[in-house]
Amino acid sequence: MGTLLEMRGISKVFPGVRALDHVNLTVEQGEIHAICGENGAGKSTLMKVLSGVYPHGTYEGDIFYDGSLLTNRGIRDSEAKGIIIIHQELALVPLLSIAENLFLGNEVATNGIINWPSAFQKTEDLLKKVGLSEPPTTQVGKLGVGKQQLIEIAKALAKDVRLLILDEPTAALQENDSQKLLDLMLELKAQGVTQIIISHKLNEIGRVADRITIIRDGTTVSTLDKADISEERIIRDMVGRDMAHRYPDRTSNPGDVLMEVDGWNVWHPEQQGRQMIRDAAFKVRKGEIVGIAGLMGAGRTELAMSIFGRAYGRNISGTVKMGGKVVDTSSVTRAIAAGLAYVTEDRKHLGLVLDEPIVRNITLANLAGVATRGVLSRGREQQVAEEYRRAMSIRTPSVFQKVVNLSGGNQQKVVLSKWLFADPQVLILDEPTRGIDVGAKFEIYTIMNELAAQGRGVVMISSEMPELLGMCDRIYVMNEGRIVGELSRDEASQERIMSLIIRGDGNTGGKARVA
Amino acid sequence: MADQTAASGAKGIGAHLGGHLRENGMILALVAIVLFFTVMVRVTQGVDFLSAQNITNLFLQNSYVIIMALGMLLVIVAGHIDLSVGSVVGFTGAVAAVLTVNMGWPVIAVVPTCLLVGLCIGAAQGYWVAYWRIPSFIVTLAGMLVFRGLTLWLLAGQNVGPFPRSFQSLSTGFIPDAFGVDKPNMTALALVALAAVAILWMGLRARARDQQFGITPEPMVVFTIRNFVITAALLFVGYKLASFRGLPNVVVVLSVLTVLYAFFTESTTTGRRIYALGGNEKAARLSGINTDRLVFLTFCNMGVLAALAGMIVAARLNSSTPKAGGGFELDVIAAVFIGGASMTGGSGKIIGVVVGALIMGVMNNGMSIMGIGIDYQQVIKGLVLLAAVIFDVYNKNK
Repeated sequence: MGTLLEMRGISKVFPGVRALDHVNLTVEQGEIHAICGENGAGKSTLMKVLSGVYPHGTYEGDIFYDGSLLTNRGIRDSEAKGIIIIHQELALVPLLSIAENLFLGNEVATNGIINWPSAFQKTEDLLKKVGLSEPPTTQVGKLGVGKQQLIEIAKALAKDVRLLILDEPTAALQENDSQKLLDLMLELKAQGVTQIIISHKLNEIGRVADRITIIRDGTTVSTLDKADISEERIIRDMVGRDMAHRYPDRTSNPGDVLMEVDGWNVWHPEQQGRQMIRDAAFKVRKGEIVGIAGLMGAGRTELAMSIFGRAYGRNISGTVKMGGKVVDTSSVTRAIAAGLAYVTEDRKHLGLVLDEPIVRNITLANLAGVATRGVLSRGREQQVAEEYRRAMSIRTPSVFQKVVNLSGGNQQKVVLSKWLFADPQVLILDEPTRGIDVGAKFEIYTIMNELAAQGRGVVMISSEMPELLGMCDRIYVMNEGRIVGELSRDEASQERIMSLIIRGDGNTGGKARVA
Repeated sequence: MADQTAASGAKGIGAHLGGHLRENGMILALVAIVLFFTVMVRVTQGVDFLSAQNITNLFLQNSYVIIMALGMLLVIVAGHIDLSVGSVVGFTGAVAAVLTVNMGWPVIAVVPTCLLVGLCIGAAQGYWVAYWRIPSFIVTLAGMLVFRGLTLWLLAGQNVGPFPRSFQSLSTGFIPDAFGVDKPNMTALALVALAAVAILWMGLRARARDQQFGITPEPMVVFTIRNFVITAALLFVGYKLASFRGLPNVVVVLSVLTVLYAFFTESTTTGRRIYALGGNEKAARLSGINTDRLVFLTFCNMGVLAALAGMIVAARLNSSTPKAGGGFELDVIAAVFIGGASMTGGSGKIIGVVVGALIMGVMNNGMSIMGIGIDYQQVIKGLVLLAAVIFDVYNKNK
């Protein structure tokens, strides 16, 4: 096996920033090569250089591909050579069919007239390769994210891919979809497709990668062989320091019951007769961090959003008690007034007004807090923003910076600031560390601990089990709209959570409720 | 230390102008367009573009656009559009005519009734947009047809007029001179001078407050030049108006509304929420903002302002015609976009919209005096709108 790709001394400068500084990367024929690094380390930029998004001449250094110098003028050039990138944000047209998407820009046509029978035949072949059995005419928008990801790969296969680049392919996938995807990667490898995977998830890298290159601050730190891959080593190289504790220490001291949800039932907002949450019940104590585990689609987000002002679902029934008294949470405004806050998993679409500055985002949920009789005080507003900028160490030159320009971790801190300023008793955090780097995660954990120490209740929804195990006093496990189990910190382990999910009957670990 | 400040000051001006190109550029563009027409009109027609009479005319002709643009900004900031305002102008004008001329209602009753009619129209359209999520383009396109039809029906295809004097004064009335001098009108001069002082004082106070909270204020040079231009223009216009017939009632209404809406959009929680709603509706809703009600209210507000504009137009023409207000929606929407509002909602300023409307108005007036045909006028206005938006997009991408 020879070398397929060699990137030598790649540097890329943006106005004011040196995003890449003499990065070297060598990828062998037929291997799966992982690239790791914190957010902003330069991984995506490097891949954009490789795939022709930044054409030859806009960067320094040389790329040798298949033995010759690569001089891409654009994505089309690199695709013609079989280098195909699948971006984090999928590039599918949701209203078009699978077949139309697969051959978009590359239609099975003669003189511009599409040969549908042949296109459908080819689509079916490609779908088989990625393990899908959907009819080619299915609208892509009707598929789940996991299947859409597979469609993207099929699309790459349609273009005779030789080097497939996957930018955080499992970020939005639930556990079993991720597993399927990783299996597919190994299968493609067996067929001789060289792959580069960018990922934050170290267990996945350990599973599929042959070698791993770690990038920090725009430079290559190390390239490790499979034998040398260990979590500690990768984390140390990524953050440039030993991370003895991935979760901050905390002494937990739960008090009285703060919030209690009982008999909670929610139906799907559009599909008739589809019950999303069945008879859920849980409680949160003062100063407690409670986890909600479960696979994606288990109904965790639906549970949280339906409690938070019925922002999700129909025909909602059940009671929410705060401090022993039933409260009205029938609108978001009322839920906030009752002392609830919900930090969304989708901060870009549901959490932030991206084009507005930090200061305006922080005060949005509690404008009354910086206003007198409906008239805003710009000064007070700024003071508040500066306070949170310090308290949360939001890294920004000014609180008047638009949030769209911040990194994921800093955006998340802005969302958290917004909700803290609303001064809730219970915060529900939905995937609070998704898509943010290791260092920022630690900061978010620290903030969560502080919130609990202040006597607030924190509910943490997460797909990362180690995170739940590391942070929570108690963990509820959800599956198919039910809470199937409750585990104390001592009882909880990845295996027990998984077995609760798989068995789904809840008899393993405590007070499960069966409808 | 002083050196440092000076150096950073010089750098600051460049950076600041870059960042606020739009706001300051708009004012400069308006000044440039006025100067252009002053020269062109003098050269080609031999008349004074900035005569007292023409300045008065300019305001009388364009008041309705500015008034509706204030409401349209809110609608557009909220991420919607209202195409029906032209027809609503016609309809409310017709209602006013029928009530006063045919039915003999007193003006004091007609004005609130018409405003109420406007409110109801806005509410009816806003209801479908806000609570049924029917696209505003469709709802107000329907409204545009419906209210044009109702105008024709109400007026039975005829012009209805003339209005009593008191109603006409809505548009063509002037504030009488309280000092009894009349020429120049001392009340007008006093009010304008007061306004100029108020603008300067508020600008300085805002600067002081910015400094107090550690916000980098705009460079003193830019601040001085801009305020000098604004104050000089204001005093000049005021002097001209005073030496003709005084302050038109419409100008007073317009100024009061502009200040009110600027305050509302920039300094109230409700105003802020409309921007958040336009920027990201879902995030706004999950922040406890009643987005549906806000959308509904922006349409209600638009209806009331369209009704006010409808009465002003009717008063100015001294009759209601079935065609009144035709095409106004385009002038109003153009003014808002020339004024720098974003097409996707979430941004735009009252002052920008007013300047945008004045740019359109000055061009209309100047080209008409120069005898440029309506055909070329349309082409030129269209290109100006396109250029303004391209300028915005270019700046944003840079």
